[in-house]
Amino acid sequence: MKNEWPLWEVFIRGQHGMSHRHVGSLHAPDAEMAIKNARDVYTRRNEGVSIWVVEARHIAASSPSDKGPLYEPSESKVYRHPTFFDIPDEVGAM
Amino acid sequence: MTRDEALFEFCLRMGDSTLVLGHRVSEWCGHAPVLEEDIALANTALDLIGQTQLWLGLAGEVEGKGRDADQLAFLRDAWDFRNLLLTEVPNGDFGRTLMRQFLFDAWHSVYLARLLKSSDKRIADIAEKASKEVAYHLERSADTVVALGDGTEESHQRMEAALAYLWPYVGEMFAGDAVDAAMAEAGIAPDPAGLREEYDALVGRVLAEATLEMPESRFAHKGGRNGAMHTEHLGHILTQMQWLQRAYPGASW
Repeated sequence: MKNEWPLWEVFIRGQHGMSHRHVGSLHAPDAEMAIKNARDVYTRRNEGVSIWVVEARHIAASSPSDKGPLYEPSESKVYRHPTFFDIPDEVGAM
Repeated sequence: MTRDEALFEFCLRMGDSTLVLGHRVSEWCGHAPVLEEDIALANTALDLIGQTQLWLGLAGEVEGKGRDADQLAFLRDAWDFRNLLLTEVPNGDFGRTLMRQFLFDAWHSVYLARLLKSSDKRIADIAEKASKEVAYHLERSADTVVALGDGTEESHQRMEAALAYLWPYVGEMFAGDAVDAAMAEAGIAPDPAGLREEYDALVGRVLAEATLEMPESRFAHKGGRNGAMHTEHLGHILTQMQWLQRAYPGASW
């Protein structure tokens, strides 16, 4: 499919958000148009103040078949969760 | 013609152009070549309809006969419309739609920049809101004109044909009349003839980048913004746009 535009993943930082979040993907011929398309497709309802786009092929992802060795070892290690402390109310949301 | 009558005409010219073009662009909804362009065109159409509400709302206020923006949009017939002819010509292919958008956006941005300094605050306020939307419309349509003009052999040919078809509708934007003279005298809106140079420079820059040649002819179809004679296409738009209010007067949701 040589005539297809490449796929871009879109990340948007919301008005009150702390970091960019993945919101979806779209097709565009280049980075500049990808940002314009993202503006039109994903910020119509005032969702964002900053847009990142990255071509999907540049994202390296973990393989689903490695799920066992990658994630299972941490399942049995409850002591890694900071749930054994009493957190003072004054600290607020963590 | 009193000043308020001229001001009413002026508001109709602005509002009818954004209304008719907004409707034209909305015809692409669900039909654009790719999803992203479909949404972008719908956004543009909605911006234009939003601007229409402001312009025709002000027109109704100036007229003082109790007509609101909806009544002006849906209950006037073709001969009462004051839109630029450029805005009513059929969409053609995607390239022609975007070329029309670019030729309009370029005029719109140059014109709105002057309206920001209007002596009438209501007009300066509308221009303030609209100019941000239009700056984006222009960026997008100019980019697409460049991409298609300087694209494949076929896209280049289509853009060349689009430009040849649409260019004769450009001149009307700069043909002033008594309404424009009254507006210019009152400091409400600029004399359109004075904007041509800036427009040509802007359009020329983008067309050059798009490897398209700017036509030299100054022949211009006229009759839209003064209502003397529209193209045969306007009536067809209105039958689509107005049928619901005509069939069910006063219907709302």
